[in-house]
Amino acid sequence: MSKIHVTTTVNGDPVEFLCEASESLLDVLRDRLSLTGSKEGCGTGDCGACSVTVGGRLVCSCLVLGAEVEGRSVETIEGMAEGETLHPLQRMFIKHAALQCGICTPGILVAAKSLLERNPDPTEEEVRYWLAGNLCRCTGYDKIIRAVLAAAAEMREAS
Amino acid sequence: MALGSKRDTSKRDFKIVGTRPLRPDGIDKVTGRARYGADMSAPGMLVGLVLRSPHAHARIKSIDTSRAEALTGVHAVVTRADFGDVEDAATADTLDNCMAGAKALYDGHAVAAVAAASDAVAKQALKLIEVEYEPLPHVTDVDEAMAPGAPVLHEGRTDETVPQGMSANVISRCQFGHGDIEAGLAKADRVLKRTYRTEATHQGYIEPHACLASMGPDGQADLWCCTQGHYMVRNTCAAILGLEQGKLRVTASEIGGGFGGKTTVFLEPVALMLSKKAGRPVKMVMTRSEVLRATGPTASSSIDVRIGMTKDGRITAGFAELRYQGGAYPGSPVNMGAMSAFAPYDLENVRTIGWDVVTNRPRQAAYRAPGAPIAAFAVESAIDELAKGFGLDPLEVRLKNAAREGTRASYGPTYRAIGLEATLRTAKDHPHWTAPLGPNQGRGVACGFWFNFGGDTCVSLNITPDGTVTLTEGNPDIGGSRASMSMMAAEELGIPYDKVRTVIADTGSLGQNEVTDGSRVTFAVGLATIEAARAAKREMCRRAAKVWGIDEEAVVWEDGAAKPSGPNAGEFPPMTLEEIAAIASNTGGPIAGHFEVNAEGAGVSFATHMVDTEVDPETGAVRVLRYTVFQDAGKAVHPDYVEGQFQGGAAQGIGWALNEEYIYGEDGTLQNPGFLDYRIPVASDLPMIDTVILEIPNPGHPYGVRGVGETSIVPPLAAVANSVSDASGVRLTDLPLSPPKVLAAIQSR
Repeated sequence: MSKIHVTTTVNGDPVEFLCEASESLLDVLRDRLSLTGSKEGCGTGDCGACSVTVGGRLVCSCLVLGAEVEGRSVETIEGMAEGETLHPLQRMFIKHAALQCGICTPGILVAAKSLLERNPDPTEEEVRYWLAGNLCRCTGYDKIIRAVLAAAAEMREAS
Repeated sequence: MALGSKRDTSKRDFKIVGTRPLRPDGIDKVTGRARYGADMSAPGMLVGLVLRSPHAHARIKSIDTSRAEALTGVHAVVTRADFGDVEDAATADTLDNCMAGAKALYDGHAVAAVAAASDAVAKQALKLIEVEYEPLPHVTDVDEAMAPGAPVLHEGRTDETVPQGMSANVISRCQFGHGDIEAGLAKADRVLKRTYRTEATHQGYIEPHACLASMGPDGQADLWCCTQGHYMVRNTCAAILGLEQGKLRVTASEIGGGFGGKTTVFLEPVALMLSKKAGRPVKMVMTRSEVLRATGPTASSSIDVRIGMTKDGRITAGFAELRYQGGAYPGSPVNMGAMSAFAPYDLENVRTIGWDVVTNRPRQAAYRAPGAPIAAFAVESAIDELAKGFGLDPLEVRLKNAAREGTRASYGPTYRAIGLEATLRTAKDHPHWTAPLGPNQGRGVACGFWFNFGGDTCVSLNITPDGTVTLTEGNPDIGGSRASMSMMAAEELGIPYDKVRTVIADTGSLGQNEVTDGSRVTFAVGLATIEAARAAKREMCRRAAKVWGIDEEAVVWEDGAAKPSGPNAGEFPPMTLEEIAAIASNTGGPIAGHFEVNAEGAGVSFATHMVDTEVDPETGAVRVLRYTVFQDAGKAVHPDYVEGQFQGGAAQGIGWALNEEYIYGEDGTLQNPGFLDYRIPVASDLPMIDTVILEIPNPGHPYGVRGVGETSIVPPLAAVANSVSDASGVRLTDLPLSPPKVLAAIQSR
C-alpha cells in the first residue's frame, strides 16, 4: 500500500511526512517527527496523555489519523514554551508540585491551555470537568487543579 | 504530651529540609523533554510484539513458528524453548510469567514473541504463529480455588504449612499474634463476626511497560526500561538469560508511575532474547489491554473477622482469617495483610491467619502497601460497626485501643516512637470532624499502618572542582525524590540546594540498590546521602587541616566551611567548600563521599483518614465530598511531595473503594481490559484532598524521616465504606461499592 504525503504545520514549523493510511497522528508525532512529548497511555482516547490541538481544537492524537492533519495546524507540548520562557501553566505546574511521575503532564498542560483560551476565569468545577478526560494516577488531581487556577489568575492579571 | 516532648528533644533547626524548592526535573517534565520508557530509540531497532493466550487455562501442546519466521521482515521469533532452566523458584516463576511453559495460566499469558522491521509486519507475524491449545477447566475466585475439586494450576507447590487434604491451589499458611482469642472474646460485651470481600485492582500507572534491548553475541547487553528498580531488572534478566550481571547494563528511563507494579519484569527478558537472536536492538511497548491482562493486579480477597468489644469501646480480642489469591503463581501479599491487619491497636489477644492461593489470573504485583489496604478494610469496617452499635465515637474507640511507644505489635515487635495517637488526636480536633452534614451524607474514619522498608543502598557524592556537587544514586525518581536527595545533601553540606544535582545512575555506575519500593527511598537513600555527605565533609576537614598544618581532629564543618574547632586549634579563617574544592588537586586529589548500607531502622508509619460522602438513594452512586488525611511523616523533607503522596494514595484508595475491579467472564477472560471500563478516578470525581502532616521523628534516621508513600492507601477503603454506611444506613462488606451494589443494599434495607 502506498503511503500518504502530508504537508502540515507543527508548533509553527512547516512539516512534511509520509504515513500509512491507518497511522495515528500520535504515531506520526512520536515515530516520524521525534516529538515524543505526547504520550500513549491507552490508544483508545480514554487517558488524554496524547492530547494535542489540531486547528485549535483539543483532540486525543491517538484517535486522529496522521493523514487528517493535511493543511492544518498542530500544537503539541513541545510548542508550549517560547524559547527559554515557560508558559504560565508550565511554571505553575512546577511551583505547585502538580506532577509526580510526569507522564500525564504534557497532555494535561495542553488540555489546560485549551481551557484557558476559551475560559480565562474557570471555576474549580469547570477545571475538573474540562480535565476529566485526562487521567492522572499519582496526584489525586488536587495540586493540578490548584496550578491551573493559579496560572489562570496570573494570566488574567497580565492581560 | 509525651509525643510532643519527644519531638522537642530531637528537634533540630533545618535550613533546607522542610522547605519547598522547585524540583530539578520539573522543566524537562513540563516541556515534553523527559524521556520515558517508550521514548528511546536506537539505530536499526526492530519492533517486538507478544502473542498472548486467549484461554484462562490451557495446556500448550505445540507452537509452530515456521510461517512467522518465513515472513519477510521478521528477524526473530521467541518461545519458551529459547530459554533455559532457572534454578531459583521465584525467578523460574518470573520467567514462566514472561513466557509460558507447559501451560498458559491466565487470559493474556505470553506464549511467543516476534521482532520485525515494522509494527505491521510484527502484527502479521503474530497471526502466523500456530499454537495448539488444550483448554483446561479454570478458576479465578479465591474461595472457589481453595475448595476441594477445584481446577488445579500447579501440583507440588504447596509448602509444609498447609494441612493435608486442601486443594493444591493453597500454597502456604501464615499466622501471627499473641494471647488467647477465645478467652478475650468471652470478656466482650459484643462479638462481631463478618466476612468481607475485595476485588482485584490494578496499579493503573499511565505509562505502559516499555523497554529497548540490545544484546550482542559476546553476551554484553544494554537495556533501557521503565522500572522501579533497574538493579532488580539486571539481576532478574541475568538469571533468566544466564548472563553475568556485570555484562548487562540497565538504564532506568523516567518512569510514568509504578505504585509497585514495576517492581518485576515482563518484557525485558523477552526483548533481550529477541535482540540476541535478531542481532539488532529491539523495542517493546505494551498496549493498555496488555497492561491490564498480563501485568500486576492486586490480590483479591475473602476475609473472616471476629472482634470482641466491651460497651465502653475496649477491644478484648481480634481475629482475622485472610484468603488472598495472587494470580497464577505463589506469592500473594497475604503475609503482609495478616501482619498489618491489627497493627494500629494495642491488643491483649490478637491472631491472624493468612492463606496464599493461586488462581487463573495474572500474577499479582505489589501495589502500594501490598496486602494491607484490604486487611484494613475488613478490620476497620468491623471496629466501626461495633463502635456505632454501642453509640461510641469511632475516633475515641480507636484512641482507646491505639498502639503507642512500647506496645507489642500484633505481628511481633515492640513499637518505638510512633504517631498513630497524634493522627487520631489531630483528626478529632480538626474542623472537618464537626462540620455539619446534609441529607444522605455521611462521615467515616479509618486508620492504617505500613512497615516501611530500608534495604541495600549505595550512593556516591562527588565534589566538582568549582565546588558544586553531583549526587549519584540508583533509585528511579517516581515522584520528586531527586529534589529530596538534593535537599538532604545540601542540608548536610551547608550549601544552597541549587548547588547539588542528583543523577540516577545506570547499573554500571553504582553497587546494588534495592528497588524503589516499600516507601524506602527518602528514608534509605536519604540516609545514605547524608552519610556520604558526612564522609565528604570529613575529607574536606582533612584537606583544610593539611593546608593549615594542624591536626584533622581540630577542624570542624559548619555552614558549608571547614573551621578550626576552637581558639586552641589555631587562628584561621574558615575555608568554604568551594575553596577546598578549588585546591583539591594540590591537597590529595578529587574529593568524594560514598556510602553503602543495608539500611535498617525504617520507622513504621500510621495514618488516620476522614471522608464525607453523599449517597444518591435513586441510583446508589457515591460522591466523595470532603477528604482529610492525617499522617505521620517523621520529618517531611519536601512537604509538597509528602502531601502529594498522601493525596495520591487517598485517591487510589477511593478508586479501589468505589469503582475499580477486575471483572472476569464465565470463560475466565478479563472483561474490562481498558480505561473506559476499568475506571480510575478522574478529576471531576474528587474533591480537594486536605492533608495534615504530623512529624514524630523516626529514631532510625538522622533527620527523623519515615517513608510516606504507602501508608496513605491503607485507610481509604475502610474510611469510604464507613462513610457510605453512615450516609446510607446500610453496611456493605464487598468492594467495590459500585452503584448497583449500593442501590441493592439500600433497597433491601
